[in-house]
Amino acid sequence: MREMRLYLLQRATAALLAPLILVHLVVIYIATGHGLTAADVLARTRGSLAWGAFYGLFVVLAAVHAGIGVRAIAREWTPLPAAARDMAMWVTGLLLVVLGLRAVLAVVGP
Amino acid sequence: MTSTHPGSGGDAPRAAAQQTAPIEVSVWRGGERGSYVTYAVPTQASQTVLDVVTYIQRVLDPTLSYRFACRVGVCGSCAMTVNGRPRWTCRTHISKVVENGRLEIAPLANMPVIKDLAADMRVFFEKWQAAQGRFQPSQTRADPIARIAPAARTAIDKAIECINCGVCYAACDAVRWNEKYLGPAALNRAWTLVNDARDAGNAERLRAVSAEGGCQSCHTHTSCAEHCPANLDPTGSIASLKRRAVEAYLKGEI
Repeated sequence: MREMRLYLLQRATAALLAPLILVHLVVIYIATGHGLTAADVLARTRGSLAWGAFYGLFVVLAAVHAGIGVRAIAREWTPLPAAARDMAMWVTGLLLVVLGLRAVLAVVGP
Repeated sequence: MTSTHPGSGGDAPRAAAQQTAPIEVSVWRGGERGSYVTYAVPTQASQTVLDVVTYIQRVLDPTLSYRFACRVGVCGSCAMTVNGRPRWTCRTHISKVVENGRLEIAPLANMPVIKDLAADMRVFFEKWQAAQGRFQPSQTRADPIARIAPAARTAIDKAIECINCGVCYAACDAVRWNEKYLGPAALNRAWTLVNDARDAGNAERLRAVSAEGGCQSCHTHTSCAEHCPANLDPTGSIASLKRRAVEAYLKGEI
């Protein structure tokens, strides 16, 4: 039932991501529309557990969702064998987790 | 004595209406590797694409291979690709599909070609079996007749009308992209059995349609429903099957 697990995981992450993306877009709108500088943004995010948790969750959900998606796209659009498709899923997911959490740390950390 | 029947008319106008300029018909010839050969076919009133193919085989080239049986839209044997779309050729008037006096006829897509217009439907039926499309009895003839809830039966009113012509399978993008995808007809069949209270094979069936290439591979493009000559809705069946399979998985039944 691996296919079913991945199918459910991808839909569950999509459902959770939807409200998070909405908040993210509103944040971008406020940050860019109100003349906030990088320093202003960092002053709000540094040491903030709430922003850390929000974007930490965002990154993990996006990484899982995109990883499974890349595997599905590879199935339909490339001649890659099954093992390589799984590898593409793991590489995409892990890369997004590492890069994403690094970025979160950069704005939330000290 | 002249006829007074209002619909009879004279002979000359009838002949003029029935016999018009020939159309140019490109027909796939050969197997997987082949090419289109063009024939000039005289047209008539109410002529179907199957009539055109039959004319070519009987009059112009007897080596042309194609498949048909009933000729009246019951058996589903004569499905071919007409101007890029899968159709029952016996139920397609050429007046509806001829473009600029031309017609292109090919075998059904997403299946190997045996020869000319005859597609190899083995993989289509193998997937039907892989989706556990067989009825698995739960009772013997000694048991009383099963009582069927009307709602369970009406839920599959459309789905049980499928005659396996293969048009939906040929029209499906997901089949084209993923050779393991079971396809609309097989999954539609599985959905009818999932709703059959007398069937005992549902755990096995739901596992089969949730494995690689199962119902979760459907993109809901609705090409199957769009092209189905019987106006069925395999997309709806597959969507319902997805929900039922997820429920069964979450309940630990599969």
